[in-house]
Amino acid sequence: MQDVGVPPGYRRQLYRDDAVVLRVQKLGESDRIITLLTRHHGRLRAVARGVRRTTSKFGARLEPFGHVDLQLAGSPEGVGSALHSVSQVEAIDLYGGTFLADYPRYTAASAIAETAERLTPIEREPSLRIFQLTLGALRALAAREHDSSLVLDAYLLRGMSYAGWAPALAECAVCGTPGRHGAFSVPAGGSVCPDCRPPGAAHPAPATLGLMSALTSGDWSVADAAEGPVRRECSGLVAAHLQWHLEKALRSLPLVDRRTGP
Amino acid sequence: MYEGAIQDLIDELGRLPGVGPKSAQRIAFHILSADPADVGRLATALRKVKELVRFCTTCYNVAESEQCRICRDPRRTEESICVVEEPKDVVAIERTGEFRGKYHVLGGAINPLEGIGPDNLRIRELLARLGTGAVKELILATDPNTEGEATATYLALMVKPMGIDVSRLASGLPVGGDLEYADEITLGRAFEGRRAV
Repeated sequence: MQDVGVPPGYRRQLYRDDAVVLRVQKLGESDRIITLLTRHHGRLRAVARGVRRTTSKFGARLEPFGHVDLQLAGSPEGVGSALHSVSQVEAIDLYGGTFLADYPRYTAASAIAETAERLTPIEREPSLRIFQLTLGALRALAAREHDSSLVLDAYLLRGMSYAGWAPALAECAVCGTPGRHGAFSVPAGGSVCPDCRPPGAAHPAPATLGLMSALTSGDWSVADAAEGPVRRECSGLVAAHLQWHLEKALRSLPLVDRRTGP
Repeated sequence: MYEGAIQDLIDELGRLPGVGPKSAQRIAFHILSADPADVGRLATALRKVKELVRFCTTCYNVAESEQCRICRDPRRTEESICVVEEPKDVVAIERTGEFRGKYHVLGGAINPLEGIGPDNLRIRELLARLGTGAVKELILATDPNTEGEATATYLALMVKPMGIDVSRLASGLPVGGDLEYADEITLGRAFEGRRAV
């Protein structure tokens, strides 16, 4: 982070940060509002003037999912206008370009971006761990080392963990009895023992809870070896758990293309 | 705050895209002082656009009859379809005078962040048109941004197994721009698509 200060003739402070582009929305004739998750200033929205023109100096650098180095105009502390403006941008890694030729990865990246936005509900509140997690997930998607659906589920599980809603997988969510229990209840907060199991609790395959643990801890050898039905059950439980805690459905999650699994 | 009809007009004008409260007030007072014949023509045009304009049943471009002017034109080939996001894109391509086939307007682009998936666009209708066997070439002319590219990738996945030639509009450096300001993706594509001179 580098605060450049207020140069002579300027009313707003210029400052630098690196950020992941989460979302873009059209504004007026040729502008866009860019939602950014920055390393030091948390989530913020900034106007990119003239970015939709073919001769724009920003070009494709402000397309979704890119990791960029920015100079912004506005008050980093949030005093004054809510919308900052982008004055300069340099690309660090434009992951969006990698996902364009791969539809399942594009839909997974969209779900990651929407989740990042929801996990940082307050603008300009620094969220370094969510920033690093989001950047790591986009980097892993672009590297194509793992199935896009697994990368997404790992991101969602770890994001919930940072937010304090991680599903209990190694103990009963209600009484804390250690061990992997057979039932899973979203309202109760994860796996539950036979004594605490509420009505309507799911009974996932033991391998599904194993896959959730592997994705949370980063044990990719176990995760990559998981069968298709286990991956699908895991995705269903993770999505249900996340949306229960967010108290709102994610629009991009039902549109994730999970065809690439085995 | 004004009373009655003038405030109603300001409120209605203020709901239009790009028109703020000050602009709405200025337009409303311009209408109030304008020649009644001019205002009558504007009112008729507004009423007619809602009464007469509909979507073409073949390509979903805007039309004043069941089919649009382009779909009715017998001189245009049935073998080539250009897929665009919005009716205004048809006008942009028509201005080039380079394309003599027909169009298909999707009505937007796939954008999961806004909850728009393939089922919300006119992709099913496009596949039905391609299923007749008359089409030999499909040109994907969606916008060169993330959503447009993802839509083109999805369509290519769906259409290629049908044995139809699928192409995407070229992308690269804009005429009138500086190389220094070209971003990595645009410059990379310009290199990929370079041609002998």
